[in-house]
Amino acid sequence: MGKLFDSIRNTQLWKSVFRHGYPDTPRNRTLAVLSNFFLHLHPVKVRRSGIQLSYTWCMGGLTFFLFLIETITGLLLMFYYRPTAELAYQDIFALREHVPIGIMRELHRWSAHMMVITVWLHMYRVFLTGSYKPPREFNWNVGVILLVLTLLLSFTGYLLPWDQLAVWAITVGSNMARATPFLGHEGPGASLISFGGLNFIHAGDDVRFGLLAGRFVGEGALLRFYVLHCVGIPLAAATLMAIHFWRVRKDGGISGPL
Amino acid sequence: MSEQLKHFVDWLMQPTLYFALSVVALVAVLKFRAISTKKSVIIGFFVLGTAFFAWAWSDPNFNKIITKPDNVPIVILLATVIFFSWLSLHRGYINDERKKKGLPTLEGELGKQKVFTWPDLVYTELICMVLFTALLVIWSIKIGAPIEEPAAQARTPNPSKAPWYFLGLQELLVYFDPWIAGVLLPSFIIVGLCAIPYIDVNPKGNGYYTFEERPFAISFFWVGFLLFWVSFVILGTFLRGPNWSFFGPFEYWDLHKLEPMVNIDLSTYFWFDLLGRPKAPSDPLLRELPGIVLLLGYFAVLPVLLQKPLMAKLFDGKREHIVRYHLMMHLLLWFGLIPIKMLLRWTIDLKYIVGIPEWFFNV
Repeated sequence: MGKLFDSIRNTQLWKSVFRHGYPDTPRNRTLAVLSNFFLHLHPVKVRRSGIQLSYTWCMGGLTFFLFLIETITGLLLMFYYRPTAELAYQDIFALREHVPIGIMRELHRWSAHMMVITVWLHMYRVFLTGSYKPPREFNWNVGVILLVLTLLLSFTGYLLPWDQLAVWAITVGSNMARATPFLGHEGPGASLISFGGLNFIHAGDDVRFGLLAGRFVGEGALLRFYVLHCVGIPLAAATLMAIHFWRVRKDGGISGPL
Repeated sequence: MSEQLKHFVDWLMQPTLYFALSVVALVAVLKFRAISTKKSVIIGFFVLGTAFFAWAWSDPNFNKIITKPDNVPIVILLATVIFFSWLSLHRGYINDERKKKGLPTLEGELGKQKVFTWPDLVYTELICMVLFTALLVIWSIKIGAPIEEPAAQARTPNPSKAPWYFLGLQELLVYFDPWIAGVLLPSFIIVGLCAIPYIDVNPKGNGYYTFEERPFAISFFWVGFLLFWVSFVILGTFLRGPNWSFFGPFEYWDLHKLEPMVNIDLSTYFWFDLLGRPKAPSDPLLRELPGIVLLLGYFAVLPVLLQKPLMAKLFDGKREHIVRYHLMMHLLLWFGLIPIKMLLRWTIDLKYIVGIPEWFFNV
């Protein structure tokens, strides 16, 4: 068996992909990390305290892993889902009725819930270990925005099944925007924004209208949330994640005592 | 016996007691760290918690609310948050004791050694990913994602709830109007989180668990995250039913349970009860003057009065930190408005401190 593996490792095909031997020597372990695109996010060596599970809780890594699960399952779901008021509910319902042992929607939904929890716990850990302190202030801020984006990703996705649960949860959530100071038609100060007795802020043009593309959660909101959920927010989150991970390295790796 | 215990739990969980007991528990855990950080405490807690769940499982009302598919993550949240809070305090206590003896922290001791990312880190990551995938696959096979009736604008479900992670904010709607609970407070949470590294000038506790080196910061975050975020999410999910009325975990969600609303504005208290006037002034600014004066005192005068003692305590009395101090105070005072309003509601049925519905300006 060992001979077989050795001969595979000696083929031109194998060597063209992996440019180092089995990672059991310091040299090959270094090369394993340096010459692999995905692993080179990591430094070659890490502080032993920084990889202790009881120190990091692994929550940041798991959040990223859940984001990847969401991307893959979400992509598969997009094949079966049409974001219109007539078809959205049918498509989701059909997914449950017609696909034997289909768990893509379940995986997508439960991973999304878990991602909210892991991102909160990641923030909690970073706070409790004081890891936001210099030189990591900026990366903490990137993290806060990523946390908000995670919640928005989950919120926009909540609407897509287009059932009672979805529509009314989004109705309750987006009703808050009505009360935005100055910019919502039931917000304090909105009546000040007027010209010659004409109110500029009303139910047909305030921030809630902009969010929902209508006065209530209807077809416009569905399409808007779908595009934000599948394209807009993931792109923003992926960009910020790249910055987040890059800055972890630049700011001295996983935090530890100075 | 069983029924009496259920009634007792229902009674215990009403918002006032639930909140008061949470405060007591939190202070006790932080204060008596020598006991609360023991391994037997957390093991005992989880054994008792599991026993409670096993006992309560057979109750139809409890079972219904706990096993709702979208509520499963909140049980996970509750368990993980409690465990990790304990873990952080446990490690913090060990570190604090080690420092007193002149030893380096746990992280400091281990941090001197460096290990190869391959295999030590990549294998940990791999195992975490495999275990998590297994958990998610089993969960997905066991529990189907919910799908209710098709969307209908004409039929409003009762209760209508936001997604679970926003239920803490929805719970705040009991005490505040949407412009505060749904817009201002969430914005201040985000701004406040971003501001933390620039406000906290304490250089200690960077990269290791501790409590004694950052008592204010850790206590504040425990209060904010555990007491006002996680526990409000749990309250809003499990204990709020139709019409957002309170329901104990063993209580049937009766659509007709009514909680009479007899809340009174501060201006009413002032003009009628205090001054004995038959009618409040018609000009809203004059009518709400007492509340406006109170709020101005709270937001503008209080930070100035507290400047000297708090600056000395938190910023070593250095003048250069004056902007940090006022930013922190402003954020803290907005945060403090939540428990203040809650207490006023529970004690004197206060509706608004300042209530100018004409301008949608109600505090």
